[in-house]
Amino acid sequence: MLVNWNKDVDAALAEAKAQNKPLLIDFSAAPA
Amino acid sequence: MPLEAHIKEHPAWFHRFDALWTPTILVMDADGVERSRIEGYLPKNWFRARLEMGLGRVAFMHKKWADAEKIYAEVAENFADTAVAAEAIYWRGVSHYKATNDHTVLGEVGIELGAKYPDNEWTLKSLPWAH
Repeated sequence: MLVNWNKDVDAALAEAKAQNKPLLIDFSAAPA
Repeated sequence: MPLEAHIKEHPAWFHRFDALWTPTILVMDADGVERSRIEGYLPKNWFRARLEMGLGRVAFMHKKWADAEKIYAEVAENFADTAVAAEAIYWRGVSHYKATNDHTVLGEVGIELGAKYPDNEWTLKSLPWAH
């Protein structure tokens, strides 16, 4: 399944609030 | 809603959310409050179970007891081969109790945990309910 990753934390927080949905944040150091 | 934060691209976000190790996964509610944190790698089914538990926690902390109970019940059923299931059974029982004030469910949960996961920490936490 393709995940559409958000790249901006404040935009993601605002979108989560607007859509009343939870937000998952993946903190990674893995090579791209 | 998923957000990717790579340490080389966004080190400030690590500081902002107290992420001191990778991988770290946060499950936030819609208000941006952290409700669950996963640190370190897990096998795929354990990871999925932990994510679902995070959603259960979001529902629980918003006092959506029926939603929380349903999520926890699904984790307990779908990931019964992981120790996460014991925690799910515990919180499934608590969610039901919160919704109904029926304390007998807690005793039943204690018996179920003792039978299915006798050495699990959440079984120990349910021991007072057996009395």
